[in-house]
Amino acid sequence: MIETKQKEIIDDFSFYENWMQKYEHIIELAKELPALDEDEKSDDLLISGCQSKVWLKAFLNADGTMSLKADSDAIITKGLVSLVVSIFNNEKPEDVVSARIYFADEIGLAQNLSQTRSNGFAAMVKQIKLYATVFASQNKFENG
Amino acid sequence: MKSPFTQSEILELREQFPILSQQVNGYPLVYFDNAATTQKPKRVIEEIVRYYSELNANIHRGAHYLANKSTDLFEATRECVKDHIHARQADEIIFTQGCTDSLNLVAFSLGSFLKPGDEIWVTEMEHHANFVPWQLAAERTGATFRVIPITENGEWDWKFIEENLTTNAKIVAFNWVSNALGTVNDAKRMCDLCKKLGAYSVLDGAQAISHLDVHVQDLGCDFFAFSAHKMYGPTGLGVLYGKLDLLNQMPPYRSGGEMIKEVRVEGTTFQDAPFRFETGTPNIEAVIAFKKAFDFINDVGKEKMHQHEQFLTDICDDALKTMPGQTRIFGSHTDRIGVLSFQIEGVHSSDLGALLDQQGVAIRTGHHCAQPIWNKYKVHGSARVSFACYNTENEVIYFHEAMKKSLNMLL
Repeated sequence: MIETKQKEIIDDFSFYENWMQKYEHIIELAKELPALDEDEKSDDLLISGCQSKVWLKAFLNADGTMSLKADSDAIITKGLVSLVVSIFNNEKPEDVVSARIYFADEIGLAQNLSQTRSNGFAAMVKQIKLYATVFASQNKFENG
Repeated sequence: MKSPFTQSEILELREQFPILSQQVNGYPLVYFDNAATTQKPKRVIEEIVRYYSELNANIHRGAHYLANKSTDLFEATRECVKDHIHARQADEIIFTQGCTDSLNLVAFSLGSFLKPGDEIWVTEMEHHANFVPWQLAAERTGATFRVIPITENGEWDWKFIEENLTTNAKIVAFNWVSNALGTVNDAKRMCDLCKKLGAYSVLDGAQAISHLDVHVQDLGCDFFAFSAHKMYGPTGLGVLYGKLDLLNQMPPYRSGGEMIKEVRVEGTTFQDAPFRFETGTPNIEAVIAFKKAFDFINDVGKEKMHQHEQFLTDICDDALKTMPGQTRIFGSHTDRIGVLSFQIEGVHSSDLGALLDQQGVAIRTGHHCAQPIWNKYKVHGSARVSFACYNTENEVIYFHEAMKKSLNMLL
């Protein structure tokens, strides 16, 4: 559930006292996110609007859910990407399209990010929702 | 090298900058982004307040007390700029919206003299503001846009220059100090070469103005551009110096009120410089307060500032060399000022910037509006620290600690 996953992230972050600790956690998450192979990092997967490079790949699974693979050349960005990926992974595209993403505001991330990073974050969510919209219509077509 | 300032002199100097006493993210602010903009001394801030409290009136036209007073102060700053950069006369000083605006003015107006076959030269280390306007001028006129490469050390390639610049070169636009690398270029030698070739020299002095003594007549440049905000003055104000006879031959850049001699249905005639290029109500508050920035610099002494900034650059350079990870410092190591541009192997500069910011340290990360340099070095950009006269040795030591902490997290 997208909702439950967001709540878990908010809980996790409430544990940290300051932003250096939060960044440490974000960096840990980045290190855990499997990297894309170099040959997978093609320019057509780049999300525009990010200060650093972010590559995003989306798949529609056989059971009608979607999954995501992503990477970044900046580690804090990659940690943020990892959070977003974990929220949307293995969810139904229909739910992804309608999801409201509020965890970044709740943990104070939105206020802490620079304007350019915030724009990049928004661009990433938008791109995932675009993929989800396409997948949702594919699902509808196959079911209909 | 030692700093020419005593401990108490530095503290006294810092007290003149209200913004420096604040905490950022729970730590005392360490402001190392002075190449982007310097902070403002109290006297500049107070003068802006005084202008609106006591002087506000539109200039050059009013027949009343306030208009005359603000006009006098406005023109007093022009005199002050003239003296500071050693121009022949105040009419050679044009107020613009900033250094970028100054350079666009020259590119548009002087650029209109170009024809197909003429060459415009810039260098690979230009800020986009002294690069893109010339590309556009070339597109408009059919002139050829050409680029002087830089060496691995971040210096102009003089061998290339001597072999490739010919009498086809009509305009050569170059910076004195690189914003991305801090390299101090041999501007005088380039101006001499331009004279020999019959090319106009356009000097971007944005980074030089707060560090070096500027003598436009000794340099022999045709144009010299800079911003007020990089030398302790207000934002939204720039200067373009140009040789008067040249300025008076150039067509207007923007048009409207103030810049005209006579407007008739059949056609319009224009004022001479500087008013030819100053249409509309200017940034009066900024111009008037700008004089206080010169007063500040003159009080402290430019030579002392320069030595102090050089001292900070040197100790910071040493500190960077003892950092965990592989550090690459870009730019000239022999002739450099106030700026250290570096990259640490495997670390994205934006990550470093974010973690330093959390510890109260403000630096710049990215391409610094000079992408051609980073394309040359085949990196995405750099982290840049840049100093002003109010920075201290203790701040450099603190920066060193904050860097180590950040790198231990990132590496």
